[in-house]
Amino acid sequence: MAGWLMAGPSLAILAIFLILPFFLAFGLSFTNQRLISPNPTEYVGMRNFESLLGVGTLTLEPLRGENGDLILEDGAPTYPRLRGYTRNNPDYPHLNGMREWISWTWGENRVYVLASDVVFMRALVNTFMFVLIVAPLQGALALGLALLVNQKLKGINAFRAIFFMPVVVSMVVVALLWRFIYDGQNGLLNTLLAFLTFGGFKPVDWLGNTSTAFGAMIAMSIWQAVGFHMVIWLSGLQTIPEHLYEAARIEGASRWQTFVHVTWPGLRNTAVLVLIVITMQAFALFTQVDVMTNGGPIDSTQSLVYQAVQRGYGQQDIAGGSAISVLLFLIVLSISLIQRYLTRERT
Amino acid sequence: MASLSMKSVRKSYGAVEVIKGVDLDIADGEFVVVVGPSGCGKSPLLRMVAGLEEITAGTMEIGGRVVNDLEPKDRGIAMVFQSYALYPHKTVYDNMAFGLHIAKAPKAEVDAKVKKAAEILKLEPYLDRLPKQLSGGQRQRVAIGRAIVRNPEVFLFDEPLSNLDAALRVNTRAEIAKLHRDLGATMIYVTHDQVEAMTLADKIVVLEGGYAQQIGTPMELYHTPANLFVAGFIGSPKMNYIEVTVAEVSADGVKVAAPDIGEALLPIDPDKAAVGDRATLGIRPEDMRHGKTDGITVSGRVELVERLGHETLVEITTTNGLDLKGIIDGTTLISLGDTTDLSFAAASCHLFDSAGKALTRREVPEVVRARRGT
Ligand SMILES: Nc1ncnc2c1ncn2[C@@H]1O[C@H](COP(=O)(O)OP(=O)(O)OP(=O)(O)O)[C@@H](O)[C@H]1O
Ligand SMILES: [Mg+2]
Repeated sequence: MAGWLMAGPSLAILAIFLILPFFLAFGLSFTNQRLISPNPTEYVGMRNFESLLGVGTLTLEPLRGENGDLILEDGAPTYPRLRGYTRNNPDYPHLNGMREWISWTWGENRVYVLASDVVFMRALVNTFMFVLIVAPLQGALALGLALLVNQKLKGINAFRAIFFMPVVVSMVVVALLWRFIYDGQNGLLNTLLAFLTFGGFKPVDWLGNTSTAFGAMIAMSIWQAVGFHMVIWLSGLQTIPEHLYEAARIEGASRWQTFVHVTWPGLRNTAVLVLIVITMQAFALFTQVDVMTNGGPIDSTQSLVYQAVQRGYGQQDIAGGSAISVLLFLIVLSISLIQRYLTRERT
Repeated sequence: MASLSMKSVRKSYGAVEVIKGVDLDIADGEFVVVVGPSGCGKSPLLRMVAGLEEITAGTMEIGGRVVNDLEPKDRGIAMVFQSYALYPHKTVYDNMAFGLHIAKAPKAEVDAKVKKAAEILKLEPYLDRLPKQLSGGQRQRVAIGRAIVRNPEVFLFDEPLSNLDAALRVNTRAEIAKLHRDLGATMIYVTHDQVEAMTLADKIVVLEGGYAQQIGTPMELYHTPANLFVAGFIGSPKMNYIEVTVAEVSADGVKVAAPDIGEALLPIDPDKAAVGDRATLGIRPEDMRHGKTDGITVSGRVELVERLGHETLVEITTTNGLDLKGIIDGTTLISLGDTTDLSFAAASCHLFDSAGKALTRREVPEVVRARRGT
C-alpha cells in the first residue's frame, strides 16, 4: 500500500500525460469533435477512417467519334472528364467525392486510382518510403561508423564526439541549419558542388523542387541521428569479448570472416534494438517537415504526423487528427510485432 | 611438433616493462609450465608466443623458424583461453570446425578431424549443443578440442583450469596430462597454481619481476631452488626462513649461527660463503619433526594447530619472535600454548646468501634427477 502511494505521483503523471491522451485520441477518432465549435460532439462511427482510407479504381475508355475512331487532341487520345464520375454520379456512388491519386495508361484505356483523401495518401506513402529508406541506410551507416570508432587509436574519442554532435543539437536547429545548406541560391551544398565541378553545376533549389525535396530531407535526417545509433552499436560492439576476436585471429579468420562469424552474431540484440528505434523515429517524422517545407512543394514532403498536427490544429479538425494518430499507432504496433517475430530467438 | 626458443624476449606496454628479458628453450614434445604470482606477466609472455602481442625485443623461434613477425595463424600454434573463448552462437561442432571451415577445408576432412577430437575428449554426445548448454568442464574440453582440430605444433594454455571447481580441476588436469602423452605435442601452460605446475610439467619456468627466476624440473625447483623467491613460491606451506650468520667455513660445509638454533654445520658448498656473512637458512615445514629427534632443534610456544588427519600443521613462536611452521604426524598430541620442540636435519637445510641467491646443497635426494612419469 505504502509502495503504491510512493509511486502515486509518477503514476498520476503517467496517467495524465500518456495514458489519458492515448484513450482520448481513440475516443475522439470516432466523433466529429472540432477544436472550437458551437455544436455538440457527435458519434460518427468509422466515418473519419473511411474518409481517410477510402480508395477506388476507375478505368476509362478513350472518347470515340461517330465512326468509332479515336478523337485525338495533339496526337493523344482524349478521355471523359473524371468529375463526371466522382461528383454525384448515381452509377458510381462509391467514388463520390474522390480525387485522382495516381493514373496511368493501360493499352488504350486510362486507369485511375482514386482516393477520398489524396493528401493523406501522399503522407502515408511518404512516411513508408521514409522508413524504408532511412531504417536500412541509417542503421548500416551507423554500424560502419561504430566499427571505425571502435578501434584503439589515439584521439578516437574526438571522432566519437564529432559523430555524436548532431544528436545533441535540437532537430529544430538542425533543420534550420540545413535549410541554409539546401538553399537554392547560394546554399552551402550548391556552392560546394559548384566548386567541385569548377562551376559546371547549376544551382538546385533542393527543398523547393518536388523531385529533390523529399530526398534532401531523408539525407539530412539520416545525418542527424546516425551518431545516436552509432553509440548504440558501439555499446553492443564493446560487449563482445576480446578473446573471441583473438581466437578467430589464431584460426586465421579474415576481417570479413571475423565480422560475419564473431561481430555480427554478437550484435544480434543490438541490431533488433537499433532497427526498432530507427523505425519508430522514422514514423514520427514531423519536425523536419514543419521547419523545412511545411509538407510542400505540392505535398511532396507530407508525413503522417505532420498531417495529424495540421488537421488537429491547423484545420481545427481534432477528430481527423486523432484518426490519423490512431492509424499511425496501429501501423507502428503491427510493424513492431512483425519485427519482433522476425528477429525472435530461434531455439 | 616443434621445439621453441626465446632469446632475451622483452615486452613493454608504453613505458612499463613487463618482461625484462627471458631466455627459454623448449624441446620438441616438452610440457613447459610457466608459473608466477598474479601480474608477473605470464599471459603477456604466452601471448607473445601466440602472436597476439607484439614482441618488443628479442627473438622467438618455433621449429627453428623466427616467428616474431608472423601472424598467429602462421605460427603453428593453438591457444586455449581461460575464458574458453567459445563462439556463443555456434554449436560445439561448429566451434571446433571453425578454423577448418574458414580455411575452406573439404567437408569430409573437417568431419573426420572434429569427430576424432570429440572422441578423444568424449564430447560426442554434445556436438549439437550450444556452449551455454554445457557445464564449465565441458566448455573447457570444447576449447581444447578446437585446439586439437588445428593440429598445431605447439599448444598454448592460459590458466585453462582456473574457472573450474576443485574436483573438476583435478580431473581436467589429469586429462590434459593424458592428452600430452597421447599427442606428444609441445605444450606451454600458464598458471599461478603451483600444484598444476608440479603435476603437469616436464619443465617449470618461475616468472617474477620480469625475469625467469629459475627454469628446471619440478623436483629441481623443489629441492634446489635457485633463490629465496623460488624457495618461497614452490611448496606449501611456504618454506621457513631463519636469519643466520656464517660462523665457520670448512671443507665439511658451512657452519651457521643464530640465537634460536645455536650453531649448526650444514652440508653446503663453502666456496661462496665467508665468515661473518649474513645469510638465510631455509627449511621446509614438511622437513620438520616433533621433539628433539633430529640434528637441529628449535623450541617455542605453539600458536597454531591445524589437524588435517594424516598430518598436523603447527606453528611455534620462539622467545626471540621467530615463527616456524612444521608439518608433523597426525597422531601427535599437542595443544595451543604448549611449549614444544621442532627439529630438522642439517641435510634438509637450504642456505641463501644476503642477496637471496642459493648456495649449492651437497646432499640432494636422488629424486631430483627423476623425469616426469619415472
Ligand atoms: N594490454 C596491456 N596494456 C598495458 N599493460 C598490460 C597489458 N596487458 C598486461 N599488462 C600489464 O602487464 C602486467 C602483467 O600482465 P598480467 O596481469 O596479464 O600477468 P599475468 O601473470 O598473466 O597475471 P594473472 O595471473 O593475473 O593472469 C600487468 O601489470 C598488466 O598491468
Ligand atoms: Mg594472465
